[in-house]
Amino acid sequence: MLMRMKFLRDYLDKAKPHFQKGGKLHVFHSTFDAFETFLFVPAATTPPQGAHFRDAVDMKRSMSVVILALMPALLFGMFNVGYQQMLASGEVRTLLENFMFGLWKVLPLIVVSYVVGLGIEFAVAQVRGHEVNEGFLVTGMLIPLILPVDTPLWMVALATAFSVIFVKEIFGGTGMNIWNPALVTRAFIFFAYPSVISGDSVWVTGLRKGMDTVDGFSGATPLAEATASVTSGLSGSDLLRDLPSMWDMFLGLIPGSVGETSTLCILLGAFVLLFTGVASWKTMLSVFAGGAFMGLIFNLVGGSAYMELPFYYHFVMGGFAFGAVFMATDPVSSAQTETGKWIFGFLVGLLSVLIRVANPAYPEGMMLAILFMNTMVPLIDHYVVHAHIRRRLKRAHVQA
Amino acid sequence: MSDTIKIRKGLNIKLAGAPEPRLCDGFQATSYALRPDDFPGLVPRVLVHEGDVVQAGTALFCDKNRPRVLFTSPVSGRVEAVVRGPRRKLLAVVVSGDDRGKSESFPVADPLALSRDEVCDVLLRSGLWPSLIQRPYGIIAQPGDVPRDIFISAFDSAPLAPDHAFVLKDEAADFQAGVHALSRLTSGKVHLGLPAGRPDYAFLGAIQGLTCHYFQGPHPAGNVGIQIHHIAPVNKGEVVWTVHPQEVVLMGRLFLRGVCDFSLLLAVTGAEAPVTPAYYRVIRGSSVRWLTARSADGAPRRYISGNVLTGNRLDADGFLGYYDHQITVLPEGGEPEFLGWMMPGMNKFSFWKMFPAFLMPGKQYRPDTRLNGGHRAFVFSGVYEKVVPMDLLPVHLLKASLAGNVELMEQLGIYEVIEEDLALCEVICPSKMEVQKMLRQGIDLMIREMS
Repeated sequence: MLMRMKFLRDYLDKAKPHFQKGGKLHVFHSTFDAFETFLFVPAATTPPQGAHFRDAVDMKRSMSVVILALMPALLFGMFNVGYQQMLASGEVRTLLENFMFGLWKVLPLIVVSYVVGLGIEFAVAQVRGHEVNEGFLVTGMLIPLILPVDTPLWMVALATAFSVIFVKEIFGGTGMNIWNPALVTRAFIFFAYPSVISGDSVWVTGLRKGMDTVDGFSGATPLAEATASVTSGLSGSDLLRDLPSMWDMFLGLIPGSVGETSTLCILLGAFVLLFTGVASWKTMLSVFAGGAFMGLIFNLVGGSAYMELPFYYHFVMGGFAFGAVFMATDPVSSAQTETGKWIFGFLVGLLSVLIRVANPAYPEGMMLAILFMNTMVPLIDHYVVHAHIRRRLKRAHVQA
Repeated sequence: MSDTIKIRKGLNIKLAGAPEPRLCDGFQATSYALRPDDFPGLVPRVLVHEGDVVQAGTALFCDKNRPRVLFTSPVSGRVEAVVRGPRRKLLAVVVSGDDRGKSESFPVADPLALSRDEVCDVLLRSGLWPSLIQRPYGIIAQPGDVPRDIFISAFDSAPLAPDHAFVLKDEAADFQAGVHALSRLTSGKVHLGLPAGRPDYAFLGAIQGLTCHYFQGPHPAGNVGIQIHHIAPVNKGEVVWTVHPQEVVLMGRLFLRGVCDFSLLLAVTGAEAPVTPAYYRVIRGSSVRWLTARSADGAPRRYISGNVLTGNRLDADGFLGYYDHQITVLPEGGEPEFLGWMMPGMNKFSFWKMFPAFLMPGKQYRPDTRLNGGHRAFVFSGVYEKVVPMDLLPVHLLKASLAGNVELMEQLGIYEVIEEDLALCEVICPSKMEVQKMLRQGIDLMIREMS
């Protein structure tokens, strides 16, 4: 280990002059920099004034914690891709074979998302003379997890490029964006190419290409079934019978986007995020609270099978849990104030259930709810900050 | 009186090398310096020439805008150098001390028997006035102002901080006289912030003329700014003053003995210190050569005048800062670390649970001065709030400061904070922001715009 480290260090030190100003490879200095700081945390020291030592945590560490938190959902997602295909086709495979089947389906999505996104990040960092930011390491992993497994790769590439350029870099890069870049990638595909991301035939690999299925296999997600119940006039108990069992949905053995199906794995990720303090428990909790609140209202009002669906079903169906844990908590596009986080999260949860139940055109409300609330964040924060300012002023008057 | 104010947010950082509670001999200095850069915003005018003979209390330079505010020689001796930098900026006035201990003389008087003007006059002429810090802004108090209140924090909660129960234990009489002097200066009260549950501080609580408040909780509970916020916050248009307890002692000594004696107890701290981490009697502005010259093993060290959170780096031939009562020594820099962000990092200090530090709550760390990462934009929110025990939105305030938005800074409480109050934010920031510099930038702008 030590030997290799020394060898790498020497190699980098030897290569470095070429990338510095005046060197022949200067145009790639950001790229070199990114790899160098990836391999070696630099030895730069604190300035002569101010705090003389710093916490060991940096952006690389925090972002890798998020990646770690995504691992259960990703690995399960890979397995589930194979498992769903097995159910549809009637083939018989072992657990490992299902996983390997899914791995080969999902890996290209990950590679495309990373290559396109990081390519743009590196280029922009180069032009601006910045260091490459770690934010996309997370975004690039989120993108494949919220898409149907059969999304054409060129669409992933196009949508990722759109999102990185127009949602992130145009605003100044990681930390400056208003919307969650991963969700915009999904929204781009959702609105530009609706046929690959909605309907009953996109969630299980092969269906769109007309794969033969076993009799009675529908491929519909629980969300789609619930939405369909509104038009077909199913009764509440019929809908509950038609849906997969609560347990299956919690484990994630249902069709859906790659990483969103397993509430259990998402909760494992949530534990990592909350324990390390990377994500805000306030946002996360209030999303579930908002969803439960809206669900309970529908339960009370009743009227259709979907409205009568017990509110906690929303947590295990579709992308609700994934959105609450990994998307709504994005520190950049979520509220910046602590009070704002409660409001933001609550409304995300509330709106997503509202959209799901009340608008049959959009079976999945989570994406739009979060993007809409991302848009509202400056407004929420504005009022929270001004309430703070008023409190300070009041304090002055009381004293005087 | 014994109401304890509980501070919940904050962070105690345990570092190795806390000062042993004993007074060591041997700190030697022959030259002493006063540096205008120790006083934010000061424009100095030099009053002496090289070679002039001075006594303790002889003015070396004054504030150009407020000529009554004098900066005086800490010792008797001869002006060795008037050091100027680019564009003739005054960097330091260096005095080489003789051992005659001569001092300008001042009336020996009970400050309570003096008028406010007389107390002010003595403090101004002796050069102790700059020890009075005004809040807002953390700059030298205006001689014309009558502060709403004066605040003293009896304890220091910063990492490796000197224990004032030890430092002040033999100084109660001087401290009392100093408090009497301060009580003449304000129309309000003189507040003393004491640590809760520390009987060894009781002798300070017994001092007359003080309103005592007890604080419990992690750093920055000992910061006077935090204490003001919880006792009686500074609103727009109000001015309060703050004084370090050792400066109160110096003031008392001045009134009781009529001479300038600027000797104080210096805590030398840090596991890397080349002498025993303990207390040393030194005179303000002492050269630190005695200490830095001892780094015989050649390992790079950083000598800090002040504590690790807010201090200034010292050159090998530097001088103790005017406001500093502590020198901290850290290992300087280190090797680039292979995949450091990925490694478990057993010995690394971290506020976060992304490193195993949280498993070892009692561990004393020996951090070096590396940044441990690159500068990034603000990504995380709600982080700074965890270590700032005030009703304050630190990131919004800092952004207003960066944007130069005077009105917004005012609304968000710029009058209440100085760098030390947000110093912990700088330590724990994953984006490696220079929080204190950003804040001072805003404060400087406020001073320019509001005067």
